[in-house]
Amino acid sequence: MKSLQEIDVTARDLNDEVQKSTYLASKAKTEKRLAILENDYPDPDKLRETAGLIKQHTLEHLDKYLAQAEASLTDAGAQVHFAVDADGANARVLQIMQENGAKRMVKSKSMVTEETHLLPYLEQNGMEVVETDLGEFIVQIDGDHPSHIVTPIIHKNRRDIAKSFEREGLGDYNDDPETITRRARAHLRQKYLDADVGLTGGNFVSAESGRVVIVTNEGNARFSVAANRIHIAMIGIEKIVPSDRDLSLYLNLLARSSTGQQFTVYNQFINGPRSENQPHGPEQFHVIFIDNRRTEVLASECREILRCIRCGACLNVCPVFRQAGGHAYRSVYPGPVGAVLSPLLAGNRYPELADLPKASSLCGACNEVCPVNIPIPDLLLRLRDKAKKEKASKAMKGTPALGLWATLCSQPAMWKTALTMGHTMNYIPTEMIPHPSARAWQHARKLPKFQGGEFRKWFKHRELTSK
Amino acid sequence: MSNDRETIFSSIQKALEPLPERTAYPDWDDDMVIPRSLPETNTAKELFAQILVAASGKYFDAVTELIEFMIQEGHTFGYCDPSLAHHLEKQEGISFDTEYDMAKVDDYQFGITRASAAIAETGTLMLSDSDTSARLGALAPWLHIAVVLEEDIVPTVLDAIHRFGDDPNIIFATGPSKTADVEGILIEGVHGPGIQVALVI
Repeated sequence: MKSLQEIDVTARDLNDEVQKSTYLASKAKTEKRLAILENDYPDPDKLRETAGLIKQHTLEHLDKYLAQAEASLTDAGAQVHFAVDADGANARVLQIMQENGAKRMVKSKSMVTEETHLLPYLEQNGMEVVETDLGEFIVQIDGDHPSHIVTPIIHKNRRDIAKSFEREGLGDYNDDPETITRRARAHLRQKYLDADVGLTGGNFVSAESGRVVIVTNEGNARFSVAANRIHIAMIGIEKIVPSDRDLSLYLNLLARSSTGQQFTVYNQFINGPRSENQPHGPEQFHVIFIDNRRTEVLASECREILRCIRCGACLNVCPVFRQAGGHAYRSVYPGPVGAVLSPLLAGNRYPELADLPKASSLCGACNEVCPVNIPIPDLLLRLRDKAKKEKASKAMKGTPALGLWATLCSQPAMWKTALTMGHTMNYIPTEMIPHPSARAWQHARKLPKFQGGEFRKWFKHRELTSK
Repeated sequence: MSNDRETIFSSIQKALEPLPERTAYPDWDDDMVIPRSLPETNTAKELFAQILVAASGKYFDAVTELIEFMIQEGHTFGYCDPSLAHHLEKQEGISFDTEYDMAKVDDYQFGITRASAAIAETGTLMLSDSDTSARLGALAPWLHIAVVLEEDIVPTVLDAIHRFGDDPNIIFATGPSKTADVEGILIEGVHGPGIQVALVI
């Protein structure tokens, strides 16, 4: 094909090792997820469906639940801020730091800060920011971008990482994963102790208690709120669930869906600054609720995508992601969820990402594994329709010309003529078939005889013959 | 920025207004989330011990055995919650501070603090701010020992959630800190403890 879509080009040109790492890791995660869910629950779909309905209910009453979360947090001693867009959210973080004379930040993994480009913004404004999730730390020292929501360096192998550590002065070349981890532990330990501010995201917020739930296996979010004075959590407004009880469902599903664990190692539930007798931990707790076009998505026909709990299961199972890798999606959110969410959150950049919904065979696997049962294939179709209506040229690339087909289908007389013409196919020698793919097909197989028009003939004469 | 709140709420209302009907909150049973694969045990304590070990944690219900383990692992100097110090006082080979000294953050090999509860079905220790004498004591040393009362072992995650009260900072800790970021290979002890112990008394 002459006009490949951008994602096809990326997949074709992808380094073999990167492709292999991505494929193997995704496949392993998919298998672990399925095994633990089927082992633990007689009907895992019931959990997914319930979790989806609770989130959908929350989104459709978001004004009520967001206000409730704000009130609960305020009651518990947190300071709640709102930001319409990325610039506003970033500026608020900077302002909190400046007002408190803070210079150094340790940052826990957060996808929304990738959306707002918080890290370069703070660095440009003279702040020192260190990513503390091991994968994100490696992304940071490499000046790279995460290629997966949960495992950000799925595209790197131990040799890449060992080289980066050597370059950064973290010891001589050593590609043993345990040595890499110990070196990161020692290096980041000092960063935690020196930091003024810990910044985290939030996986869930309970409207009932205001508790912000932060989920990590490494414990970096624990350390980010242990030795410093200020904790800032930047959270998308769609992260709310109605009550603490709901968390028992979501935490069970999130761990199994993302890494195939029964339970993530650390689940933190925070709704205020440290308690009175506690010697360690932040004296201030700030929550920044950010919109950044989420309300536009809520108003769209694709609002279901806001249920997403960022587990990454749809990435792992997706045949396109496994071949093309996360960077192929050219945006913060890769994979099937990204193919829906990224164009919707792109704003003016929409035409640049309008082709992403085409990067799917609509096989439906993403919907089957989704812990909140998002009908991703339906949403992809709705976005393809949007691209067509808005004449987004990027989305048209690589699409076979269906113009002639459309004309034929809408003109009965032309259709009839075409059917008659179709019979000539039976007399054309294989090598003269005018379409290259059809010709190639004929090398190994034989086309059945064209029989178009027979039904019409039968239908027209059926009364005569039945009498 | 003060208008951002109003802008967001009015955008939400505008987005939701045209919806002909809204999804209702579904009915669901607490039992739905309890895994069926749990081993048969007589008590919550037994179940907790089994699941904790399956999650790479260590379980002890006798102080002397724990001390043996600490000496064997070479973790003999650390921090201990002052209210728990009497459990260790007559033990040889172990020394500790009862006031957390920030200057020794890298010297403490173990930390002993209280857990407010434990969850049997997941092998989880529930640490709360009010019961933890020093956050770093439960986090920075390689070996963390959480002391939990047997009567505070609850069956399910939801039971533990019901015990949150008004504590501002609750942590569920299930086994040691871990990562699989490098080629999916599991490594224990990233930023938090490399060994997580529960001492049930």
